Amino acid sequence: MSRKADANIEQTDDQGIAIWRFWFIVSVLAVAGCTLIYRTVQLQVDDQEFLITQGDARTIRYEKIDAHRGMITDRFGEPLAVSTPVETVWANPKELSLNTQQLKVLAKTLGVSESWLEKRVSKNKSREFIYLKRKISPSHSARVLALDLPGVYSRREYKRFYPSGEVVSHVVGFTNVDEMGQEGVELAFEKWLTGHPGKKRVLKDRRGSVIKDLDLIRDAEPGKALSLSLDMRLQYLAYRELKAAVTTHKAKAGSMVILDVATGEVLAMVNQPSYNPNNRKRLATSSLRNRAITDVFEPGSTVKPLTIAAALETKKYRSTTTIDTTPGYYRVGRKSIRDHRDYGIIDLPTIISKSSNVGTSKIALDITGDVVWDMFYRMGFGQATGTGFPGESIGLLRNPVKWRPIEVATMSYGYGVSVNALQLAQMYMVLGNDGVKPPVSLIKVDPNVEGADRGERVMAPSVAQDIRLMLKKVVEKGGTGTRARVAAYEVGGKSGTVHSVGRSGYEDSQYKALFAGVAPVENPRVAAVVVIDGPQGQEYYGGEVAAPIFSRVMSGAMRLLNVTPDNLPVMADQQFRPTHKDKKEKS
Amino acid sequence: MAHQEFVRQLEGGAHHFQNRRGLLFKLHLDPVLLILLLILSCVGLFVLYSGSGESVVHVQKQAMRFVLAFVVMIVFAQLDPSVYRRWSPWLFLLGLLALVAVLVVGTGAKGAQRWLQLPGLPRFQPSEFMKLAVPMMAAWYLSDRYLPPRFKHVLGVLVLIFMPVVLVIKQPDLGTSLLIAASGIFVLLLAGISGKLVTGFIAVVGAAIPVMWMFVMRDYQKQRVLTLFNPEQDPLGSGWNIIQSKTAIGSGGMTGKGWLEGTQSQLDFLPESHTDFIIAVLAEEFGFIGVALLMMLYVLIVARGLYIAIKAQDSYGRMLAGSLTLTFFVYVFVNIGMVSGLLPVVGVPLPLVSYGGTSIVTLMAAFGVLMSIHTHKKMLGK
Repeated sequence: MSRKADANIEQTDDQGIAIWRFWFIVSVLAVAGCTLIYRTVQLQVDDQEFLITQGDARTIRYEKIDAHRGMITDRFGEPLAVSTPVETVWANPKELSLNTQQLKVLAKTLGVSESWLEKRVSKNKSREFIYLKRKISPSHSARVLALDLPGVYSRREYKRFYPSGEVVSHVVGFTNVDEMGQEGVELAFEKWLTGHPGKKRVLKDRRGSVIKDLDLIRDAEPGKALSLSLDMRLQYLAYRELKAAVTTHKAKAGSMVILDVATGEVLAMVNQPSYNPNNRKRLATSSLRNRAITDVFEPGSTVKPLTIAAALETKKYRSTTTIDTTPGYYRVGRKSIRDHRDYGIIDLPTIISKSSNVGTSKIALDITGDVVWDMFYRMGFGQATGTGFPGESIGLLRNPVKWRPIEVATMSYGYGVSVNALQLAQMYMVLGNDGVKPPVSLIKVDPNVEGADRGERVMAPSVAQDIRLMLKKVVEKGGTGTRARVAAYEVGGKSGTVHSVGRSGYEDSQYKALFAGVAPVENPRVAAVVVIDGPQGQEYYGGEVAAPIFSRVMSGAMRLLNVTPDNLPVMADQQFRPTHKDKKEKS
Repeated sequence: MAHQEFVRQLEGGAHHFQNRRGLLFKLHLDPVLLILLLILSCVGLFVLYSGSGESVVHVQKQAMRFVLAFVVMIVFAQLDPSVYRRWSPWLFLLGLLALVAVLVVGTGAKGAQRWLQLPGLPRFQPSEFMKLAVPMMAAWYLSDRYLPPRFKHVLGVLVLIFMPVVLVIKQPDLGTSLLIAASGIFVLLLAGISGKLVTGFIAVVGAAIPVMWMFVMRDYQKQRVLTLFNPEQDPLGSGWNIIQSKTAIGSGGMTGKGWLEGTQSQLDFLPESHTDFIIAVLAEEFGFIGVALLMMLYVLIVARGLYIAIKAQDSYGRMLAGSLTLTFFVYVFVNIGMVSGLLPVVGVPLPLVSYGGTSIVTLMAAFGVLMSIHTHKKMLGK
């Protein structure tokens, strides 16, 4: 019954809604719906790839993963250059809109002047990145970020810190604000020390903050650590003594080098004046130089032992051979070579200990310039030392086709030849190492590597030993280097005093005081060279100015290196030994 | 006979079934529509959680609105259609007054004056109210007259529609005024105006578009239309919204990136991601399949609404139910159309999914009216 009623209503309604009208509406709806579906398919299926790329282009960024620079240490792992994490505060000027009050607060917190900050921001309005302050402590940057200013960000960077400061600054050098080596080992071993930054894919939101790390493209590879050959104990000691001496003698500059004679490693290399690599605001370029390598000088008397060694090698001369040095001068061509005084007829060790120019010249002229030159050349004079240190001066060792006698004579006592302090130390290292010359190195030599370059023989062992005995005589009573003596140890060495070379040739009142030697002299561990440039006052001889520094540094070095004393007072020697033997026999 | 027996059994079965659903029946709720709306609200909350940047506060507020809106729907379903019919002119008049009041003392945001703050009442948008009042008024006006309507009556209805539409355009609120106009015109269409009139009307609208462009539309509205055709012209300014939303939709692909995994929406690239552009969030995270399922849900709701309209007992109910249903469809069409770059950006939310109070309440009130029309049938034959 109710169905019937419904049917009636339907019929009356048919006057209201015709069938075509219903289907018209439905088809309009269907068309509209299909349009939407078609549009969605278009976007999500047809354009999908393009739009996915577009989406990724908005959100996916590649970020650098910082890799810190390798640490530089001394031979025992004492840190010399360390990269410490710091924060750099930067701003996006496009997002940055500061009112006067905010500008004031920001400038104050950053520690910069308001006018500077205002200028910096207004000048770079169109940029998206400016530094506000680089490399500040994390706590400082946290305070800046706490101001919560839009457009102010910070990012992690590394700052190079040099714990030993001026003591080792010349060797280690420093990096610039971008962590690139500028001087010294930092520059020489740039590739080794530099880290390779990694790369990762990240998701960023519209404000540019990283939401999520997606994946790692390449891991960051930190720079490799570098162990220098330096022994910081000796370095400190040498630096202290050198600085004290340069101050006392009001000298212009000074250098000291200590080499391990067996391995060629540089155990200490110090210079004056120095600088603090952590604060280079008022840095004079003159204090930047690692003078021990970059500056050359005429070695003077310190190379006389080489001439004698060349003579001994010819077998024409022996230690006991005597030379007549009367009357204290010797005419070569139009020039006259002078001794301090007339030493008479003296043997070779005395020529060294009295530092006789006449004696040395006569021998050199006898054995010919080529032979002397050959000996000098074998010591490495006029050639790079091979440390790879930037800015090395290799000095001068001329090799004329035809030697003039005066050239041979002056070369034999160290004029007309120039070396740097490291080259001179290298020569004494050879004397100390029984004639074998290992390559000089600023990098620690691994003692476990067998078959490593132990050096080549450049002098017969007997010759080296003979020369060392002569060097020992120099520091003994009557020698020119008595002030180089070290308590409880026998040492040997040779002093030198040369006129400085000024703009117009040799200067009358400017000297370089030199001392070079080995310790202990019987069984040497180290070779050392002291150069004091321009000492003022009464004392300016190498034996007076440079020798005491050698003495003081070696005295400390022998103990630090655990070298057994070979020159103990006799009484102590006798008391000690029997008890020791007794103990051994009993046990 | 056997057939008779079968019918009787069926009727008995159906009766039994109705008894089991007695509560819904007594509450005058249409179960099909109710279930579809509940599903849609749940989907809406789900997507909103993602679109609002995982904001529990937003979801809670929206859920409270749904509760309120369902209560309103239930209340509206209780009233007999005759009550609506009787009250239609008065409601319409009240709405008109409120719209005038908005222009005089209204409050608003973003350069538009849309809200009315009456003492003792919550803030509300009279234009939303007109989405119900206009089709009611038009249906009341026509149902008293001979159907299909004469030409002068058609003109009368057009005048009735024109008044609130102009007032809403003045606010300005282009999206809502379009929906109001549509709801009135749908009544006319359903009243059975002749095919000639329909054609003529389309011609008039076609002619009116250039006039609108020249004299009525504001610069920002023109800009939106221009942007539609060439969003890349100003990618960081007016084109930004549409480029971002297209990117979001497209990068979803077939299956989407997964819930809460959409990069465009989650990382703030998509503007208005929890309000008008929320479909882009769904499209990015659930892909084409997600969009298709959502559209299916809307189609089912519209189909049920049309069914209710066809089954309505009188012409008032039929016209009103049909108009409300078609307006609902326009809502969906305009929203998805503008987000996918088919239509200019007019502020039309995605019904029951976009975040925002008034539209949800109005929509659910309309569904209440639909249910009322369906469930208050007089059993003439009994």
